[in-house]
Amino acid sequence: MLSIENILETNSMIHKNRLDVRTITMGISLLECASSDGKQLCDRIYDRITKEAEHLVSTGEDIERELGIPIINKRISVTPISLVAGGTNLTSYVSIAEALDRAAKTVGVNFIGGFSALVTKGMTKADRILIDSIPEALATTDIVCSSVGVGSTKTGINMDAVRDMGIIVKKTAELTKDNDALGCAKLVIFCNPVEDNPFMAGAFFGVTEGDCAISVGVSGPGVVKHALEGVRGQSFDVVAETIKKTAFKITRVGQLVAQEASRRLNKPFGIIDLSLAPTPAVGDSVAHVLEEMGISSCGAHGTTAALALLNDAVKKGGLMASSHVGGLSGAFIPVSEDAGMIDAVSCGSLSLDKLEAMTCVCSVGLDMIAIPGDTTADTISAIIADESAIGMINNKTTAVRVIPVPGKTVGEMVEFGGLLGYAPIIEVSPYSAAEFIARGGRIPAPIRSLTN
Amino acid sequence: MKLVITVVGVDRVGIIAGVSNVLADNNVNILSINQTIMDGFFNMIMMCETPEDAKNTLDVVQGALNELGEKLGVEIRAQHADIFLSMHRI
Repeated sequence: MLSIENILETNSMIHKNRLDVRTITMGISLLECASSDGKQLCDRIYDRITKEAEHLVSTGEDIERELGIPIINKRISVTPISLVAGGTNLTSYVSIAEALDRAAKTVGVNFIGGFSALVTKGMTKADRILIDSIPEALATTDIVCSSVGVGSTKTGINMDAVRDMGIIVKKTAELTKDNDALGCAKLVIFCNPVEDNPFMAGAFFGVTEGDCAISVGVSGPGVVKHALEGVRGQSFDVVAETIKKTAFKITRVGQLVAQEASRRLNKPFGIIDLSLAPTPAVGDSVAHVLEEMGISSCGAHGTTAALALLNDAVKKGGLMASSHVGGLSGAFIPVSEDAGMIDAVSCGSLSLDKLEAMTCVCSVGLDMIAIPGDTTADTISAIIADESAIGMINNKTTAVRVIPVPGKTVGEMVEFGGLLGYAPIIEVSPYSAAEFIARGGRIPAPIRSLTN
Repeated sequence: MKLVITVVGVDRVGIIAGVSNVLADNNVNILSINQTIMDGFFNMIMMCETPEDAKNTLDVVQGALNELGEKLGVEIRAQHADIFLSMHRI
C-alpha cells in the first residue's frame, strides 16, 4: 500500500511546487460539417462542438475535485478550418471564427484552436481566404486561436506564406492595438506542426485523427526545480536521472487524468503531451530550472546545453509513464509566461538571438515574445524564416509567436493578463531582410527529407 | 472507492474525533490511520473506503471535512487514492 512519504510527496508537489494538469483538450473533427452554404456550415460547426463537448468542462472539474489536482484549462481543438470551409461560397472566414467562439463559450472552455491553414508547400483558395481572415477573426473573437504551418522537413519552406504571415502578424497587432496587440498572442506560425498538440495557441485537430479524442497536457516546472534543489553540486548524470524520475511521476498523473476523462466522456484517448509549461506565477518557471542547474541568469552561456539536457530528460522520463506520448512534449520557453524568462530579459541576460539558439533544443520555438511596434513585416517574416529553417533542418517542430506591440519600444512592459503573462519588449536586429523576403517561392526540402 | 484523507495543522483536542465522526456519518469506512506530530504540527493520513454505489459521497465528505477543517484550524483534504497509486506504483 501507499507510504506516508508517497502521499506527502504528491501533495507537496501539488500545493508547494504548483504541479498541475495544464489542459484537457478535446479534439473534434469538423470534416463532417462541410457545406456549400456558409451559414449552414457555421450552424453545423456550432452544433457539433456544443454537442460533443457538452460535458467536457464539468467532467474536468469532477476529476479535479476527486483527485485533488488542479486542471487549469479545458480546451477544444478542431480540424483546420481551411479544410472544412473550402467548399463554401464565403469570401471571408471571420463568421466561422465567430461560430467557433460562440460554441466554445457555450460549453465553457478556456480556448478553442484550429482557425488554421497548413500551407507548407502550397496554398489553396481556401487557405488564402483563411489567412486573410486571421487579423479580423482574432480581433473580433475572444478565445479562438489560430495557427499556420508554413514549412516542414518533408516539404521545405513556403516562403510566399512566410512573407504573407509577416504582414498578417502586423495587421493583427494593428487591429488589436488597444489590447497591446493581444491578437498576436493567439497566432502561431509553425514549421513541422503536429496534429495532436493540446497546447494553445497552436492546437488543431489534424486530418489523420478520428472523430474525437481526449488529449492531456501536463506541466510542472516547479516540481522539477524542487527536485533539482536536492542534488545541488552533483554531476549531470545525477541531474538527468533526477529530472527523468520527476517527469515520470508528473506524466503518470497526466495519464490518469486522461484515462478518466476519456472513460467518463466516452471518447477515445489521444495522447499525453509531457511538456514543462511555465506560468507567470512564482515557482512555475522553466528559466528557474535552468538556473537551478548552475546558470546564474537564463541566457548566459551554458543555457542552451542546460535546456537540451532538460528537454531530453523530460521526454525520457515521461515516455514509460504513458501509453501514448505525442504533441510537442519537451520544455516550453515562452517569455511572457515565465517569471524567470521575464526577469532574464529585463536584466539583459536573455536576448532574441539566445532565444533562437535555445529553440534548436527546446520543444517548440520563439514563443510569446514582445517586440517593438515599429518592427517591419519583412523583419517578422525573416524571424519566421529563420525559425522555420531550424525546424526543417533539425526535423523538429518550431514556431513563432511574436507580438509587435504598436506604439511601444525596447524596454517597455506589456501586460497580456492571465496565463499569457507580461513581458518587456525585446530588441530585434535593425538591419533589413526585405529583399530576401521579397523573393518568394519555396526553400527546397532538405536532403534529410529523402529518407525513403 | 478508496480515499486518502490528509490532515495537517496545529495540534489540538478533537481532530481525530471530528474527522472520524464526519466519516462515520457518511458511511465511510476507515482502513488505516497514520498519525504523528512533526515539528509541532499534527500530521494524519487516513486510508478509507466508500461504498461503490455512493456516487456523491466524495462531494459531501469533502464539503463536511472542509467545514470541520475551518472550525479546527487545520487543513483537511480528501482525495481519490488513484492519484497516489498512479504516481508511486508501476
